[in-house]
Amino acid sequence: MSTRTADRLVRDLESICGERNVFWREEDTLVFEYDAGFDRRPPLAVAVPKNTDEIARCVRAARDAGVAVVPRGAGTGLSGGTIACGDAVVISTARLRTIHEIDAVSRVAVVDPGVPNLEVSAAARPHGLFFAPDPASQRVSTIGGNIGTNAGGPHALRYGSMVDHVLAVEMVLPDGEVAVFGGVAPDLPGYDCVPLIVGSEGTLGIVTKAWLRLLPLPEDVRTFLAEFPDVRSGARAASAIIARGIVPAAMEMLDRTTIRAVNAAFDVHLSEDAGSMLLVEVEGLREETGSATSAIVALCEDEGARGVRVAETQAERELLWKARKLGYPALARIKPNSYIHDAVVPRSKLPDVLDSVNAIADRYGYTVANMFHIGDGNLHPLLLFDLREDTIEGVMEASAEILKVAIESGGALSGEHGIGLEKNHFMFWVYGPEDLEAMQRARSAFDPDGAMNPGKIFPGGDTCAAIPTERIKRGLAEGMWI
Amino acid sequence: MSFAPLTFDVEPARGCIHCGVCLESCPTYLLTGLETESPRGRIHLMQQVAAGRVAPTDTLRTHLDRCLACRACEAVCPSGVGYGALIENARAAFEEAHVVPRSRLAGLLRRMLLALVADPARLEGAAGILALYERTGLRHLLRATGLRSRMPKALRRMEALYPPLTRPRYRAPARPAHATARVALLLGCVMRVAYGDVHTAAARVLSRLGVEVVDVPDQICCGALHAHAGERHDATRLAKRNIEAFERAKVDAIVVDAAGCGAHLKGYGHLLAGDPQWAARAETFTSKVRDVTEYLASREGNERLGKLALRVTYQSPCHLAHAQRITQEPRALLRRVEGLELIEMAEAEVCCGSAGSYNLQQPELADELRDRKVDAILATGAEAVVSANPGCMLQVRSGLEERGRDIPVLHLVEVLDRAMS
Ligand SMILES: Cc1cc2nc3c(=O)[nH]c(=O)nc-3n(C[C@H](O)[C@H](O)[C@H](O)COP(=O)(O)OP(=O)(O)OC[C@H]3O[C@@H](n4cnc5c(N)ncnc54)[C@H](O)[C@@H]3O)c2cc1C
Ligand code: SF4
Ligand code: SF4
Repeated sequence: MSTRTADRLVRDLESICGERNVFWREEDTLVFEYDAGFDRRPPLAVAVPKNTDEIARCVRAARDAGVAVVPRGAGTGLSGGTIACGDAVVISTARLRTIHEIDAVSRVAVVDPGVPNLEVSAAARPHGLFFAPDPASQRVSTIGGNIGTNAGGPHALRYGSMVDHVLAVEMVLPDGEVAVFGGVAPDLPGYDCVPLIVGSEGTLGIVTKAWLRLLPLPEDVRTFLAEFPDVRSGARAASAIIARGIVPAAMEMLDRTTIRAVNAAFDVHLSEDAGSMLLVEVEGLREETGSATSAIVALCEDEGARGVRVAETQAERELLWKARKLGYPALARIKPNSYIHDAVVPRSKLPDVLDSVNAIADRYGYTVANMFHIGDGNLHPLLLFDLREDTIEGVMEASAEILKVAIESGGALSGEHGIGLEKNHFMFWVYGPEDLEAMQRARSAFDPDGAMNPGKIFPGGDTCAAIPTERIKRGLAEGMWI
Repeated sequence: MSFAPLTFDVEPARGCIHCGVCLESCPTYLLTGLETESPRGRIHLMQQVAAGRVAPTDTLRTHLDRCLACRACEAVCPSGVGYGALIENARAAFEEAHVVPRSRLAGLLRRMLLALVADPARLEGAAGILALYERTGLRHLLRATGLRSRMPKALRRMEALYPPLTRPRYRAPARPAHATARVALLLGCVMRVAYGDVHTAAARVLSRLGVEVVDVPDQICCGALHAHAGERHDATRLAKRNIEAFERAKVDAIVVDAAGCGAHLKGYGHLLAGDPQWAARAETFTSKVRDVTEYLASREGNERLGKLALRVTYQSPCHLAHAQRITQEPRALLRRVEGLELIEMAEAEVCCGSAGSYNLQQPELADELRDRKVDAILATGAEAVVSANPGCMLQVRSGLEERGRDIPVLHLVEVLDRAMS
């Protein structure tokens, strides 16, 4: 693109958002080159508008200049969804942070896209309500980003992920028009586009307002931690619990490496000679939680649990969850770099898949840590490494092998982190050309020119080829599939 | 583009995985929502500038200058990123390279201030003059006649925030009859001339609990202001003088009632780690440093600490909460005062905007943070604000004054002292 076009676009954006809310200098755009994943590329410019109208005008300005747009929330995404591929303008929702309404009667929250997830629950709490999706990043990650990735979280086991909790959205379309999809009344006439938009990773438009479902706070919550000699016994217990028909609110597994890391990061004092732990939470009426707890504890003991630590106070409960939820960054205490995976596998295959993952890590010489949503088979094996000694190519190759094992076991590419730039080229491992073609048409209905977050989700394109990690992954995706 | 790269140690940032967990704890991110004003953004910029990928421009420097060095990000970072050390390394490198000139007046004021605090005699002199300014009513006159509004902005800010100089000086208490421990009190620089009575309160509380407070005559300014400003050479010199002075006193603990100083004293080990002659001595020194609330709370017994009917809210100083990770001890001590009611304010752990000379350098952000803090305080309906750091006390005080609210701001040891007498 010519510098003249770029300069003009920047000036247009500045006249919409004000000079201090537009960034184009190298040292400014640099901090928008990352999310929490591995792909890096600075955008052409960044605009931080303050309301729907400004967002719409920014989108129109970019469109007039022929420049693509990338929506950005807090940038905690793990799959490069908010990384600008070609010359694109990042539009950040960071200044749209108002909670417009908590309707306690209809149990609906109306919020801006830049509101951090946890703030919704905090605002709902005085009304005896809460917002169920709880990604581990919830203190920081935004509702817009959560919608973008269809975020889950430990409690997705009982409550489902974002798609089950978004009632309606207001969205700026790729042509700069504003439309509302869905509604708070049940059973709306016409197509329900909300489930298509949730999880579309910013490729259909920029969500500028969301109507979210709130749920009543459970009467009772019990949280406990069962210690096992190894990962297999913990996994067996988890299967036995589900097989018995008990659905805990959340059930998370932590392996020994993770336990060491969270002990180093927080004052939780978990027992370091345990081979694995299950963190279980049950919610409901008091009599239900009591009986569910004893049933779960008994099943854990049958599978060899050595001890059960019950959170006695709210503070202890929060501490255990903090350790689990921030376990992933805590692992940097063991090795400075890590690659977190997100495959989903059928629960029955879990122990075998875990063995294969360990074997792959061993072969490549990486430490592996496991800390994941065992209740729904959403694995997060982490490869731990040190870029001073290890190459990113090796890590990505091992990662592709892990993906392959998961898919061969009948699993899926991603449980909750999204496809983005990270796994787009692997999409044809799970979908045929017709499937992808149909998906592409749905996208084109919103974005015929492909100007909204191009290069994401779909395999094979060249838009992101300037990003080195992207090229490596494409090579692997295309080379390894037989 | 060609530029001289800025070399400094970015090792403390190695564990940063860009997870963003720290964002919502950062005061400047809370205010602006901008990645450029976030810990993750600053860490990335420091890494890239040290790697020579980007030039150390004015713009880049501004993002680093807007950092309060409150270390809230460090306290929540699960990966153990040493943000405090990192920003100090970067600031020292910028300072040495003189890459970006500041406004002349701000630079001059800053140099004067740093020289002043490190020299007890000159500080006394300056304090005397300022006290005169206060006592003679000149301050009131300037304000009343509107002359103050004609002063240069930086001077006006300094004027509004200069420490009180009419408070009584430190008076050592009598030695307790049956001393069970022996400690020294850091008197510091500004604290010594401006908050002597807080020292007196601390010493009296200690002494009532059977702790002997010994005099350490040769102690000097801790050097925190110098280190934060990137003046590492001066900081090291002051550290060595203090280590020598306190070694001679042979005490069990070095008790500090200014959180900023305490945090810095606890970093002497790190500051001198590379100096074989001093490393071990600095470590020993560091191992003895305790914030006064930390020290009091660690003493055996859980008896009531006097009686005082007062509804208070606690303002958690960054250098205590984040740099020293002390959040529960002060609250626990307050709860041991009979009749005292503690009401938590919202965002108690967010910086009040004081942060050394931040007021002067980033007036806009400092004011926004101050106002946010004052709102949180007023919402509690407390009759007094309790803090544990003189810088915060000044900032909160000036914020309340600005709103015309006459709510006293007390140091925690003052509350204990009143309750116990
Ligand atoms: C420590 C840690 C723990 C995590 N735990 C979980 C977890 O438990 N569960 C989970 O699901 N994820 C988890 N994640 C991943 C990440 O937090 C989620 O993907 C989250 O939803 C991203 O939100 P964000 O605001 O950071 O969005 P970003 O990273 O900024 O963007 C994510 C995607 O959404 C799009 N987007 C952002 N805003 C909008 C908008 N307004 N309209 C349209 N599209 C938009 C972007 O274009 C991008 O494609 C974790 C990440 C970290 C670092
Ligand atoms: S400093 Fe820590 S919390 Fe912040 S982004 Fe880096 S690793 Fe995450
Ligand atoms: S030290 Fe404070 S102001 Fe600076 S980046 Fe960390 S949290 Fe933000």
